[in-house]
Amino acid sequence: MIELEHLTKRYGEKLAVDGLTFTVRPGVVTGFLGPNGSGKSTTMRMMLGLDKPSSGEVRIDGKRYIDLKEPLRYIGGLLEARGVHPGRSAHNHLLCLAQSNEISPSRVNEVLDIVGLTSVAHKRSKGFSLGMGQRLGIAGALLGDPQVLLFDEPVNGLDPEGIHWIRNLIRDLADQGRTVFVSSHLMSEMALTADHLIVIGQGRLLADTTMADFITHNAHSFVRIRTPQPERLIAVLSAEGIGWDRGDEGSFEVSDVPAEQLGELAARHRLVLHELSPQRASLEEAFMRMTATSVEYHAHTPSENNGTASAGAPGAPPGAEPGSGPGSSGWGAHRKRGEGR
Amino acid sequence: MNSYPAPAAPFPAGPAPVGQGGALPPPAAYTSPIPITTTGLGHALASEWTKIRTVRSTLWTLGVMFLFVIGLGMLMTFTVGEDEYDSSPILSFGLPGVLLGQLGVVTLGVLVITSEYSTGMIRTTLTACPRRGRVLAAKAIVFFVVTLVLSTAACSLVALINYAQLGGRDITGYAYTDTGHGDVVTGQTSVTSGEVVRATFGIGLYMALLGLLALAVGVLLRHTAGAITTMLGVVLLPLLAGLFIPDDDVRETLQEYSAPNIIGELYDIPIVGEDNGWGLLGLLALVTTVTLAAAATVLHSRDV
Ligand SMILES: Nc1ncnc2c1ncn2[C@@H]1O[C@H](COP(=O)(O)OP(=O)(O)OP(=O)(O)O)[C@@H](O)[C@H]1O
Ligand SMILES: [Mg+2]
Repeated sequence: MIELEHLTKRYGEKLAVDGLTFTVRPGVVTGFLGPNGSGKSTTMRMMLGLDKPSSGEVRIDGKRYIDLKEPLRYIGGLLEARGVHPGRSAHNHLLCLAQSNEISPSRVNEVLDIVGLTSVAHKRSKGFSLGMGQRLGIAGALLGDPQVLLFDEPVNGLDPEGIHWIRNLIRDLADQGRTVFVSSHLMSEMALTADHLIVIGQGRLLADTTMADFITHNAHSFVRIRTPQPERLIAVLSAEGIGWDRGDEGSFEVSDVPAEQLGELAARHRLVLHELSPQRASLEEAFMRMTATSVEYHAHTPSENNGTASAGAPGAPPGAEPGSGPGSSGWGAHRKRGEGR
Repeated sequence: MNSYPAPAAPFPAGPAPVGQGGALPPPAAYTSPIPITTTGLGHALASEWTKIRTVRSTLWTLGVMFLFVIGLGMLMTFTVGEDEYDSSPILSFGLPGVLLGQLGVVTLGVLVITSEYSTGMIRTTLTACPRRGRVLAAKAIVFFVVTLVLSTAACSLVALINYAQLGGRDITGYAYTDTGHGDVVTGQTSVTSGEVVRATFGIGLYMALLGLLALAVGVLLRHTAGAITTMLGVVLLPLLAGLFIPDDDVRETLQEYSAPNIIGELYDIPIVGEDNGWGLLGLLALVTTVTLAAAATVLHSRDV
């Protein structure tokens, strides 16, 4: 369990983290989301006692980090930047960490095996690829078999197999009852991994909620309909008082009415349908809506955000970056992936 | 709550999967089967010992120190002419080697800490041991002992070579009758035990203390090149500045308290002064202690 209370960090003029209060619970994977520069890494460094909070505090299982007697046994962290001397072999790197926390040297070989670096254990990490370096960092985090794990962008640089591996690893760690706190910009990964979400923007807490609630409240779910008889569909929908929007390639998008009801309605009117598909909103869409508004209006409470976000146009988050708008393949591709779950 | 399928678990299943709703009360937290023991300075020392012996910079810097101290020492020994060992204590031919060799020790002292900053290792180190004072103490002790032992060994070897090569030779001019050296009592070159101790352990202590000062400067500056340059200034500047200062008193004071003069005094060939080097060594120890204390304070209060 990690508890933050009014955690604030100021770098000169810049308020990097602004009064964060939340709790990361054991047994679930808690995702940590926020745009670039929103203060995620700073928060995680403060959790590990590396940066001193300007005010407020962090407690790990009720203790301050400095009071943990052998911290690696309580909490394992993978930070954003690599924290390994490149001239030292993977094995020796882990060995010196193990020694400082009275962890048996045999555990070093165990974690090397878990992350799949056994064959290069005695090579200097200078020659490691990005993904191998990341795996070494993860090995360091797992070394003390800790109850709390922090991962700052763990999938950074991993290949598809590695991403799959770390997703399972993270889920497995949480299923064993550990506290797992993960930041990532890969929304599709996060959607598959996290149960709970903490979202921050400009150092402030925007949301602290379950994944499902977050998506429902911040993104738009709808049913897509395709038909060769568009005029008749419009007539039928209007007669029933059902609102609709135009979607891609002549499709229709209907919110608030379940697909079953729409299918039965079409059957009653003997309408030919080529597609009737519920479109689940993606985490990415929900996230971009929330954070885009947070940037636009500068400061918001989570409830205000929810209100403004759901009033926006479907599929087009305000302030979305070029290339990720509703028409682009990137956005559509993500939505399809979300649907496929 | 979650609509995605649970991934196939590649790991042995832990306790039964727990409720995934964030709002549910948390399950029994994970407890590791590995027993937890309290750690202390001993663990930090073991860790730092592993660190210092598993990077190549240690081999390079101490190798260069050995090469200079012994190589240059031998070169001097085997090339001195008769009139030189007549007029200088025979162990003092180790001086040029030490003058250069100390740079290897200074570089290692700096690298012990700045390499952690430049590679990000410091974050890993301080996560593993959040007691920063303990980390600094462990680094300082390990470095100090390693350099003290190795530089004393190098100097002992040179002293031995000097004695074997130059000892027991006839002194033609009786030039040093009144100096109190071991020489010339019998009209032959010789050494006293005090001279030997200063030329071996004394020089070793000097190098280890200077290296420790470099380590403290490394903590303060966190930057390899900056710290090494600063240390070069500390070692050389007083002596060099002395060359250009017309005022005799100021020049002599600068030269007397310059680092190379400590080596000079320990070898009984001081640039300025009559002392045997222990006094200046004590002063160096004091400066090093104060700088280390400052480094500890800064390390404690600073963000990593
Ligand atoms: N040591 C520092 N000195 C000054 N400013 C800093 C420092 N560390 C972070 N900041 C500032 O604090 C803010 C938050 O940075 P942080 O790295 O925590 O963001 P982040 O959420 O991790 O971003 P990203 O998603 O890009 O990793 C940024 O504006 C950054 O410039
Ligand atoms: Mg970051």
